[in-house]
Amino acid sequence: MVHGEAWTLKEFFTYPNEYIYWTIQIVMYPFMTGLVAGAFVLSSLYHVFGVKQLKGIARFSLVFSFALLPVAMLPLMLHLQQPLRGIEVMLTPHFTSAIAAFGIVFTTYGMIVASELWFVYRKHFVETALSLKEKERRTPGEQFAYLLFSALTMGAYDVSHEALEADERAVKKLAAAGIPVACFLHGYAGFIFGSVKANALWMTPLMPVIFICSAVVSGIALCILTYIITMEIRKALAARRPELPSKEELKSAESQVVVMTSRYLLMFMVAAITLELLDLVFRGYTAVKSWDILRSVIYERDFVNIFVVQYGLGNLVPLVLFLVPGLTIRRAILGTALVLLGVFMMRWNVVIGGQAFSSSFSGFMHYTLPVWPDSIETFKEGLGGALLVAVVPFFLFWILNKVMPVFKETH
Amino acid sequence: MMNRRSFCKKTLLVAGGLALPLSALELFDPKRLLAEKDEKGARWVFLVDTRKCVGCGFCVKGCKVENEIPYDANVTRTWVERYLVTSDGKTHIDSPKGARDGFPEKGIEIGHGKLEEVRDEDIEKAFFVPKLCNQCDNPPCVQVCPVGATYQTEDGVVLVDRKWCIGCGYCIMGCPYGVRFFHPVHHVADKCNFCYHRISKGMQTACVDSCAFGARRIGNLRDPEDPVTKVIMTERVNVLKEEYGTKPQVFYLGLSKEVK
Ligand code: SF4
Ligand code: SF4
Repeated sequence: MVHGEAWTLKEFFTYPNEYIYWTIQIVMYPFMTGLVAGAFVLSSLYHVFGVKQLKGIARFSLVFSFALLPVAMLPLMLHLQQPLRGIEVMLTPHFTSAIAAFGIVFTTYGMIVASELWFVYRKHFVETALSLKEKERRTPGEQFAYLLFSALTMGAYDVSHEALEADERAVKKLAAAGIPVACFLHGYAGFIFGSVKANALWMTPLMPVIFICSAVVSGIALCILTYIITMEIRKALAARRPELPSKEELKSAESQVVVMTSRYLLMFMVAAITLELLDLVFRGYTAVKSWDILRSVIYERDFVNIFVVQYGLGNLVPLVLFLVPGLTIRRAILGTALVLLGVFMMRWNVVIGGQAFSSSFSGFMHYTLPVWPDSIETFKEGLGGALLVAVVPFFLFWILNKVMPVFKETH
Repeated sequence: MMNRRSFCKKTLLVAGGLALPLSALELFDPKRLLAEKDEKGARWVFLVDTRKCVGCGFCVKGCKVENEIPYDANVTRTWVERYLVTSDGKTHIDSPKGARDGFPEKGIEIGHGKLEEVRDEDIEKAFFVPKLCNQCDNPPCVQVCPVGATYQTEDGVVLVDRKWCIGCGYCIMGCPYGVRFFHPVHHVADKCNFCYHRISKGMQTACVDSCAFGARRIGNLRDPEDPVTKVIMTERVNVLKEEYGTKPQVFYLGLSKEVK
């Protein structure tokens, strides 16, 4: 069977070689990079702009952004027909291609986040390494931890007041440098689509900006959601573990952080929706040749996906949920979950919707998501592959949290 | 220490010294050598006469066999479209299996294995249009390939390096003509290459050879004596989807406005 045939249904006239080539993994790709960029921007709001109220979530989102980072690459690897050659994008980049920027932006960004994390956690590394060093007899686990943390200190054991202040200045600078890079990381994901002149739905210079705005929205939403979940777990643990803050302290800290952060979420949401609607209105108003087929895709075939799920459930309902005063944790959970759904659907409607019509403008293609894999291909580009991509960051976050505890006071 | 004057002098000397061997290097510029060898070099172009095509699909068969595109796979390097324009102004188009077996059914294929019957008396005009890669002069597929696996040769043909393509599909998305696909065996991007292995040896492409009606011809645009070039220069030819700025090099005679 030809690649794409397993999940493409064709209607009316499409060119013989046309299939849905970019599947759910290419939906996951901008979704995941969006989360990375968004989480980073959230943490920078505190580190760079000194938004004190976000202190509680800033470190959390920085670590989370780092956990998401390798996962931004995973969907691409799962999607390539020759995954073993994927590294060529880094080694022999062809610079007229938007994808070729990937390696450079991605590594730059990774290094910025890694060094920022190092400065934030240096004190913790040093303390842990020193305390393990003092132990007379170390278990194999402790020995491993000792080696790991000594390596992580990179020989910089100075934790005097001045040294820590220098650390903080470095964090600030790195966070500032990181914002444009994070935006670029995601902006060019939008550019990958926006620059495809052969595709009437993607072809708009607004695409990178639309992607950046919704990226920040999704990143903040995921951070709030995960923050709440981890806080709930800590609350449950607080009863049994006396060294943790009391349940009441945790509760008030949680709701304060959630209320503050959701204000920023609202701000970015409004910007994202405005841009998307502007794009839609502009297309209808100018009504160039492709508008006929776009209209039938947007207002007929994908109506439920776009207007009911994306704008209705994913934008309107959470807007109302967040705007009604007296935000509760439960409402925040529902709201952020819906926001994430909305952003995911926006990616879906762009990537899959963009391939829903033939370049002949005379036929349609429908993507049926492979749910039960019957081959490696239908697993990779079906529900299984997407779920794999979705759970990996949480797993990584759990590991990272062992090395860089997000809730420990370090400075 | 070196004063400024002697520094300038020495720099000039070194630069001049470097320029000598550089100019010697220039002699070995492979492009120039190639140009000197065969006076003009070629620019391969294609000419399709839609008025002559009868939709037999021999070209599609010939291409599949010649270029080892699995015969039963639903992808093809070249295909033929059938157009039926009815009196109510509607255009019905299909290309079952790329017209590998011609058009065995009278009804128009509309997907999901369904056929739409069009009554003979409603048909105002009907014709066939062969399609293939346009070997664009400004090929978006080359532009978007992240690793340079799709590239354009000196004589204008766009090729895919099967050892280099990572299979991202960006070029498939970037081609406005939908000619690209993933090769079912090699799992890399594939498309018509004007039978580069044949034309570079002075032969015709497989589809040109298999067309019994002379609807397909290949030529060299840089050769003013080439019969194809003469037609392109003197007759009213047209190209597909000019608005994308790809500068297609497949020219059509008798193209109709319904053609997509
Ligand atoms: S027709 Fe498509 S594949 Fe051929 S050169 Fe043009 S853009 Fe590339
Ligand atoms: S599929 Fe292959 S030839 Fe096409 S853009 Fe990707 S790497 Fe290049």
